[in-house]
Amino acid sequence: MIKKKYTSVSSAVADIPDGATVMIGGFGASGSPIELIHALIDQGAKNLTVINNNTGNGEVGLAALIGNGQVKKMICSFPKSSQSRVFPKLYQDGLIELELVPQGTLAERIRAAGAGIPAFYTPTTVGTVLAEGKEIRKFDGREYVMEPWLQADFALVKCEVSDPFGNLTYNKTARNFNPLMCTAATTTIVQTRKLVAAGDIDPETVITPGIFVDRIVEVPEPVHEDILIAAGRSYP
Amino acid sequence: MNTGWTRDQMAARAAQDIPDGSYVNLGIGIPELVARFVPEGREFIYHTENGMLGMGPPPAEEERDLDLMNAGKKYVTAVPGAAYFHHADSFCMIRGGHIDVCVLGTMQVAANGDIANWSTGAPGAIPAVGGAMDLVQGVKHIYVITQHTTRHGDPKLVDRCSYPLTGPGVVSRIFTDLAVVDVTPDGFQLIELAPGISFEEVQARTGAPILPMA
Repeated sequence: MIKKKYTSVSSAVADIPDGATVMIGGFGASGSPIELIHALIDQGAKNLTVINNNTGNGEVGLAALIGNGQVKKMICSFPKSSQSRVFPKLYQDGLIELELVPQGTLAERIRAAGAGIPAFYTPTTVGTVLAEGKEIRKFDGREYVMEPWLQADFALVKCEVSDPFGNLTYNKTARNFNPLMCTAATTTIVQTRKLVAAGDIDPETVITPGIFVDRIVEVPEPVHEDILIAAGRSYP
Repeated sequence: MNTGWTRDQMAARAAQDIPDGSYVNLGIGIPELVARFVPEGREFIYHTENGMLGMGPPPAEEERDLDLMNAGKKYVTAVPGAAYFHHADSFCMIRGGHIDVCVLGTMQVAANGDIANWSTGAPGAIPAVGGAMDLVQGVKHIYVITQHTTRHGDPKLVDRCSYPLTGPGVVSRIFTDLAVVDVTPDGFQLIELAPGISFEEVQARTGAPILPMA
């Protein structure tokens, strides 16, 4: 029997070990699986490599995970949003590593990992410092940079609706990196606002087919990063 | 003294050069203003990198949807006919040459079309690139909208960029507070002067030769 449902966020992230590579969905606040991230803070795994577009805001969610000293390296495209203070300080003090990846390349490296494609060529970064040391190849007279896939041990993902098989739908721009990350991790852990019965999601509207999902936790009223920050909250 | 075009006028002037029916991506800052000045009788569809076509104006505070943001992480709305998609599809549109026009701000733009708008390269600066390098390589027409000089009066239109490049040879047209300038194989070419601004004034505040209007 397929059994993907977990009853708590803490049980869903309990086995993430020290040194794991963890993809975390979301683009800024939208689509960020805050409850799963906070459960990972409670759990305490260290020396993590985290893949996200950003580095979190305020002192909640991803920023709190970083601030708690659990992350040794960030792989992201834009590490300094207007409300991000935790990562910039650690980075300037030399206490955290950064691999800067253009946003589209980040998305495609994740997609490639999920699709079983170990590398691809992209025009992005040609002629810039971010292409230094990378293989350049010409196709039809134009130069392209080779970029490797980006795999992870775990993905933490937020969705809107899931069924027991892990078929997922998302809400508006909260989709962002979440469907890609589902495909690229050994173990994909999803928090869903609503868990419905099999058959309650029209198969035509499924965005992430359940084959890419391993664990599902229902979080009916997820908190939102912007609301927590506006309220001056921090975690833990 | 005439100080040239305002930010709104710069944005309105740039909008004039976007063809009807274009799929358009607007950068953060002055480029965002372009959406307010769609010329009469034209329709643009706005793309935002985080996964939407058909982005509409910002909502009233009480009507904002926490799951509906733009690439600048500001709350936006969706127009009728909008579509949502994930990041790989979004950059398929960008890198795959499906977006017609991108309007970007910049720190420097060079006479050979090079653009530098992501990092000063200063020691200790936190590099942040976002989707800029994908946009400049993939979108069909890259327009730049910028003040002609920095706050300190240094030219932003230069012979060669001194900051790290976002992309080489990608910019086609530049809209500033003083003029509209094209990038051609022969360097900068003046297309239009803001009211009351002289060619000599533009040339004096530009870091490379500008060809006068034909």
